[in-house]
This record gives sequence, structure tokens and C-alpha cells, in this order.
Amino acid sequence: MKFLKIIAWLALVALIVIQFFPIILNESDYVPQSDFMVENQVPATIKNRLQVSCYDCHSNNTDYPWYSKIQPATWFLEDHIQEGKDELNFNEWATYSDRRKNSKLRSIISQIEEDKMPLDSYTLIHKDAILSDEDKRMIIDYMKALKDSLE
Amino acid sequence: MKKVKRTLGMMALAATTVLTVSCKDVNKNEPAAPMSNEMHQESMDDKDDMAMNDNQDAKAEAILNDYFNLKDALVGDDNDKAKQLGATLASTLGSFDASSYSDSEQQELKDIMEDAIEHAEHISESDMAHQREHFKILSKDVTDMVAITGTEMKIYEQFCPMYNNNEGGAWLSMNEEIRNPYFGDKMLKCGKVQREIN
Repeated sequence: MKFLKIIAWLALVALIVIQFFPIILNESDYVPQSDFMVENQVPATIKNRLQVSCYDCHSNNTDYPWYSKIQPATWFLEDHIQEGKDELNFNEWATYSDRRKNSKLRSIISQIEEDKMPLDSYTLIHKDAILSDEDKRMIIDYMKALKDSLE
Repeated sequence: MKKVKRTLGMMALAATTVLTVSCKDVNKNEPAAPMSNEMHQESMDDKDDMAMNDNQDAKAEAILNDYFNLKDALVGDDNDKAKQLGATLASTLGSFDASSYSDSEQQELKDIMEDAIEHAEHISESDMAHQREHFKILSKDVTDMVAITGTEMKIYEQFCPMYNNNEGGAWLSMNEEIRNPYFGDKMLKCGKVQREIN
């Protein structure tokens, strides 16, 4: 019993201590000229869907929910966001070569078609990020047209 | 009083544990990098110089060889092997030296390599269906590369019209005979030679 108590105390203390670790948040208050929405004429509805469903992990600005500022949730998210941005960063769209844009668009289309994106672990909490069939069709059609215009 | 002391002690203990654990992570990264550099320099200085040179300016041929090995793994439906070979190809692509080409060609080659590396890396960590998806675009990259660099090998560009719901997919091979990397055993001989290079 005493042992359990010590463990509980340690856990609590550790939880408090890690709150004081510096955290790097993925936040930026300006949209660079190289952004996907700046370079392309994106219809407002699609713009909004991308912003809500994709930009949290695929841009330099995450709209953090309150609990994400509590450790260890922040660390967990930090990894995820980094990975997402490495794969595709909408803010840096204009810096990609046409060849890479083509590849990225292809991946965007197939990831949405195959329901791999947005991630289940993300939509579990962000119900508003779930794409309806209509949203998916709209986004895919738009991305396909954009891809054709590059080829 | 005793209780407070004990609690304080535990807090300190917990804090140090957390701190040492997190410090260790930092330390691990730092000395490791220069050390391995040193080792490389020492062991590779003289003897391996020539071998290194060959590797360093990875010629189009080296890329093609890795690409063909990867293609064969896909033909053989071998997911693990394709993963390994994808990683090998990614590193060969990364060491490609374009300095002997004209400025515009260099730019084009840089774009090709950047894109191809990403696909090769994906292949090194994906399931078969996904590997094949990336292989299709990778094949285009490699074909475009050959258009610039040229090669002494005789290569066949082959095409299977059925891949990906009849979207079709092309690939390069050193053999005229069709061995389909998109379907493997399922449809080993689907496809035809589209073009001969050299």
C-alpha cells in the first residue's frame, strides 16, 4: 500500500514537473506568399474544408485545442505535426517544383480517396474535420483539375 | 514534519529522474554525430578512396541498377526486399552528382532527384499496394532522368494498361520479356514494350 502511494506521488510530481518544460508550438500568425491558397484560386468552400481538416498538421499554424497545451499531449502532437509537415506543408506549396506538386497532388487524392486522411485519431476528437462524401468529391475534383493543369 | 520532508525528497527524486532522462536524449544525439564522422574519415581515407569515388558521384547507371533491383522485388511480390531496395535506391539518388550538366539540366535533375528520393523513401516503409503506387511515379522520374543523362544500357520502356483501374502504369526494364512489377504473380505477363532506349 505504501509502495503504491509512493508511485502515485511520483507520477503526480512527474506530471507537474513536465508542465514546466519548454514547449514549441506550431503557431504562426501570418500566411506566407508561398501558401497553397495564395498561389491557387481555391473556391471558398474547399478553402474552408482544407483549413479545418488539413491545416492543423500540414501548415505552420495549428489551431490547438485547450488540452493540447497540457503535457504530455503537447509532445505527442508535436511529433505528429512535424511528420505531417515533412510530408506536405501547404504553406510552402509554391516552393515545390512542378514535379513535386504533381506527386503531392497525387498523394492528396489517393489519401482522401482511400480514407487514410484525415487520420482517424485526429477526427476522433475533431469531429468537424471529418470529410463528408460530398466534401471528398469536391476536394478530389479540385485537386485533379489542378494536377491536370500542371501536366 | 517527517511527512513533508519525505514528500519533498520524492519530488526532488522525480525531478532529477525526469531531468536526467531528458538530458540523456540530448547527449545521445550530440557526441554520436561527430564520432561517426571521425570513424568514417579514418577508415575510408586511403584504401577505400577509389570505391568511395564510384559511390559518390552515383552515375545514372548506379541509379538504374538499384531501380531494376527494386522492380524485380516488386515483380516477385517481395514486400520486405522492396523496402530494403527502396532505401538503397533513396541513398543512391541522394548522392547523384549533377555537376557535369548544364544549368537548366541541373535544375531539372535536382527536381527529379528530390521527387524520386521521396518516392523511394515511401517505398522503404510501405505495404505492397502503396509501394507500387509510388513505383509508378518513381518510374516516370527515372525515365525523365535517363532522357537527360542518357545511358549505355539497352532499356525497354514497358506499359501495362490495366494497372490502377485501367489508368495504366509504365516501367523500365533491361529485358524485353514482360515481367509486370505492378501485378506481380497475379498478372505477370500483362504489358507490352512501348519504346526502346538505345
